[in-house]
Amino acid sequence: MKVLLSVFFLLLGGTAVAAPPALDEAQTHRYHQLIDQVRCLVCQNRTIAESDAPLAADLRDIIGRQIAAGRSNEEIKNYLVQRYGEWVLYKPRFSAATWILWLGPAALLLAALVSAILLWRRTGRRAEPPAPDEDSLARILDDERRS
Amino acid sequence: MIVELGHFALVLALCLSLVQAIVPMLGYRTGRTDLMGMAMPAASGQFVFLALAFAALGWAFLQNDFSVAYVAANSNTELPWYYRLAAIWGAHEGSLLLWVTMLAGWSLAVAAFSRSLPTDVAACVLAVMGMVSVGFLLFTLGTSNPFERLFPAAAEGRDLNPLLQDPGLIIHPPLLYMGYVGFAVAFAFAITALITGRVDSAWTRWTRPWTTAAWSFLTIGITLGSWWAYNELGWGGWWFWDPVENASFMPWLVGTALIHSLAVTEKRGIFQSWTVLLAISAFALSLLGTFLVRSGVLVSVHAFATDPARGIYILLFFAIVVGGSLLLYAARAPKLARGDTPVKALSREGLLLLNNLFLVVSAAAVLLGTLYPLVADALGLGRISVGPPYFNTVFVPLTVPLVILCGFGGAMAWKRTRWQVLRDRLWLPALAATVAGVGLSWVTLGTGGVVATAGCMVGFWAIATAMEELWYRRRTSWSRGVLGMTMAHAGVGVMVIGITLVTAFGLDRDASLAVGESKTMAGYRFTLEGTEEQSGPNYIAQVGHVAISDGDGNAIATVHPEKRRYPTRGNVMTESGVHSNLFRDLYVSLGEPLQQGGWSLRLFYRPFVLWVWLGGLLMMLGGILATTDPRYRRLRQRERQRADSHAVAAGA
Amino acid sequence: MRLSFVLPALVVVVLIGLLGYGLTRNPSELPSALLDQPAPAFSVARLEAPDQLITQEAFAGRVAVFNVWASWCVACRAEHALIEELAERGEVAVYGLNYKDDRTTAMQWLDRYGDPFVASAFDPRGQVGIDYGVAAVPETFIIDAEGIIRFKQVGPVDRETLEQTLLPLVARLKKEAA
Repeated sequence: MKVLLSVFFLLLGGTAVAAPPALDEAQTHRYHQLIDQVRCLVCQNRTIAESDAPLAADLRDIIGRQIAAGRSNEEIKNYLVQRYGEWVLYKPRFSAATWILWLGPAALLLAALVSAILLWRRTGRRAEPPAPDEDSLARILDDERRS
Repeated sequence: MIVELGHFALVLALCLSLVQAIVPMLGYRTGRTDLMGMAMPAASGQFVFLALAFAALGWAFLQNDFSVAYVAANSNTELPWYYRLAAIWGAHEGSLLLWVTMLAGWSLAVAAFSRSLPTDVAACVLAVMGMVSVGFLLFTLGTSNPFERLFPAAAEGRDLNPLLQDPGLIIHPPLLYMGYVGFAVAFAFAITALITGRVDSAWTRWTRPWTTAAWSFLTIGITLGSWWAYNELGWGGWWFWDPVENASFMPWLVGTALIHSLAVTEKRGIFQSWTVLLAISAFALSLLGTFLVRSGVLVSVHAFATDPARGIYILLFFAIVVGGSLLLYAARAPKLARGDTPVKALSREGLLLLNNLFLVVSAAAVLLGTLYPLVADALGLGRISVGPPYFNTVFVPLTVPLVILCGFGGAMAWKRTRWQVLRDRLWLPALAATVAGVGLSWVTLGTGGVVATAGCMVGFWAIATAMEELWYRRRTSWSRGVLGMTMAHAGVGVMVIGITLVTAFGLDRDASLAVGESKTMAGYRFTLEGTEEQSGPNYIAQVGHVAISDGDGNAIATVHPEKRRYPTRGNVMTESGVHSNLFRDLYVSLGEPLQQGGWSLRLFYRPFVLWVWLGGLLMMLGGILATTDPRYRRLRQRERQRADSHAVAAGA
Repeated sequence: MRLSFVLPALVVVVLIGLLGYGLTRNPSELPSALLDQPAPAFSVARLEAPDQLITQEAFAGRVAVFNVWASWCVACRAEHALIEELAERGEVAVYGLNYKDDRTTAMQWLDRYGDPFVASAFDPRGQVGIDYGVAAVPETFIIDAEGIIRFKQVGPVDRETLEQTLLPLVARLKKEAA
């Protein structure tokens, strides 16, 4: 049904076409960065940068205008969140609700590395006589051959 | 009639899968070889009946038998015959049939190659695969029967989802499923190890080629999926971190870890319980992917039509299979661990340990990101989205060390390596990688940027070290295993370079062009020469003709992006027009017609994007080479002889 | 039994619980961010009278329904009879937000299907719609006497929603206000 609705939008919605405000290079960069982070509301799972829906075009336009008007990224995100909720941001902001998400991978990696180091230390203490490995054998053979 | 026969064949396959699941296991418990020997005929029979069922469904599609609900929902008389065949797996029911048929195919392959396996091991492995098969066949027959009749029959079919009417659909899902389902073999071997309590180097040698084969299929399946999405969705992107993509990526990451950990277990006789756990996890994640795609729990671009009953069934099945295996693991795995063989940081096993940690943490990060919206909702923290910016932020720092590690792979010897060896062997590749990386990102593309340069260097490091490995071993003959490994590692490098450059230097622009107007981007000039209406077999297309020329005005190509309307479903699909070479893609997709005439177009410049898929292709080829290493065949023969002489001795 | 061997099973138990919970939810259903927030301010021309302004002040002091509609929206036609019925009951003031529409077409549409609205705000560019977080037309807001948004329906109102959600809520809000 949602898909159907968005098709209607596509066909009948029509976009408010207005000249995009001129942005300098840094602003254009911010513009692309932002539209890659905002979720399209009427599509299944896309950013507004990818979406053809009129609402996505409107939001791109609004973001462009706000950047031109000198608003910061944070202010623009606030503007969107106020209207559509945190759901609209594909990059969730760090908060009480998302700290597990943001710190989880780093914590896991840390735990994994610590366990690896423990394994090495545990086995390192029980030193065994170094066995000649393939490489050193190969080198000895090489040397022999050369001499 | 044929359709009823197909349905009947499916029921018979279920009966045989029950035999395959129960009888050999009973034989194992009681030590009766005759019961264990039932595994192979049951597996063969099951495959034959599933192949029949599959053929029956294909026949219904070819004959446009719209009295079959599934055919009526996913085909149409105007659909070309090859898409009608591909439509067998174009939606939930048929793709499930494909799943079980492939599972039976893998079982058959295991049965055929199992003569070198001890009878009890072969019996256990096939019994476990039979159990998985029972679950999926019950699911198919119970909730998703593709042979269900429609009464009264439909006069015309509702057509295949136009998004799927692309050559990519014909091959992408079967390859992906071959990978998913192939991990069932590794899983079955892992459960067998837990049951028999034996994880020796013979066990790893049996398991390795199966795992690598499944991994190769999954690799190429994902690669093709990415290529398909790039060409079909018209957004110029090749990876979206969509839940469905993640569902295939997680088993791949864990499967990659498994391949490496199996090597350690074979060569050094350590990490046994870890390897078994990885084998269970790779398959568990494949099942999880099936659940995510078919239950409607997450919003996705390409999820199947969903039905809560199916969700509940798969979840139950997942709970039984994965929960049961992990309980078995908890009970039996402690007995598998044998002593503490030393693991030095500077040794191949030490390196592979790190490789495993990074891969598993990466998979866990993808899992966390994919499921976090659900977690947040369950904890009452509100609705949030986790998308590409999150995954890129978290994933890149986890992968870069991994690729650097992969460069050390060849030079690192088992047990212990001295610094000098690494230094002597790797200084030249390091230098070459630096020169090539800096050269490519600065000289070729004119602009630098620390990230792009570093990315290219890391990519070239993987390639250069792979080449050094071949050079170093030039005097000994290259085994297929070594060739496969170096090829796959070089593939990683090629992919990293592609990803880096397309991300750093890719451009896209929206342009509203009247006929004859042009727009310049990245030094290329795109001119809209005109549009025309064309009709395809089952659609009407607006085809744009966009001429591309370089800065000096020399024509490069004319591309033909399309906007297709499929009247049966009323969907509008974009087909992008792409001019591709090894160094860049020029990509145009058609937007909307403008009121004042002309069209809005989206133009994309995608440098080195082909390398992303070339890298995947190389990895797959490497996997195939390693799978077909004659070493495994020789070992099989030797073990066979040993088993035979054993039997003779026992008989005497 | 060492913890590290049991841990995977525990993780999977949590995972299964989570997925089971997920089955009970519809991921595409979104609560409005504006729920229990003051109705956003706007000041635009009335659809019926281009020279008159309408603002959110129009809702002040009583319970109001604010229905987002457009003449190009097929689903709006489907719910229109029910919106009219709601207005005819006289329990609540029904306002419209004419979203991204053409004035002439919109007026013709009201002529043909009936005009249940006390007044419609004319929003051809969709700016008011964006301020109200409108994603897909039609949407229906219920605003209490204090000017706080108390309910939002995404998609067309059907008989069941009207009888079991909208009307009881309106009655409760009126009691609150009294």
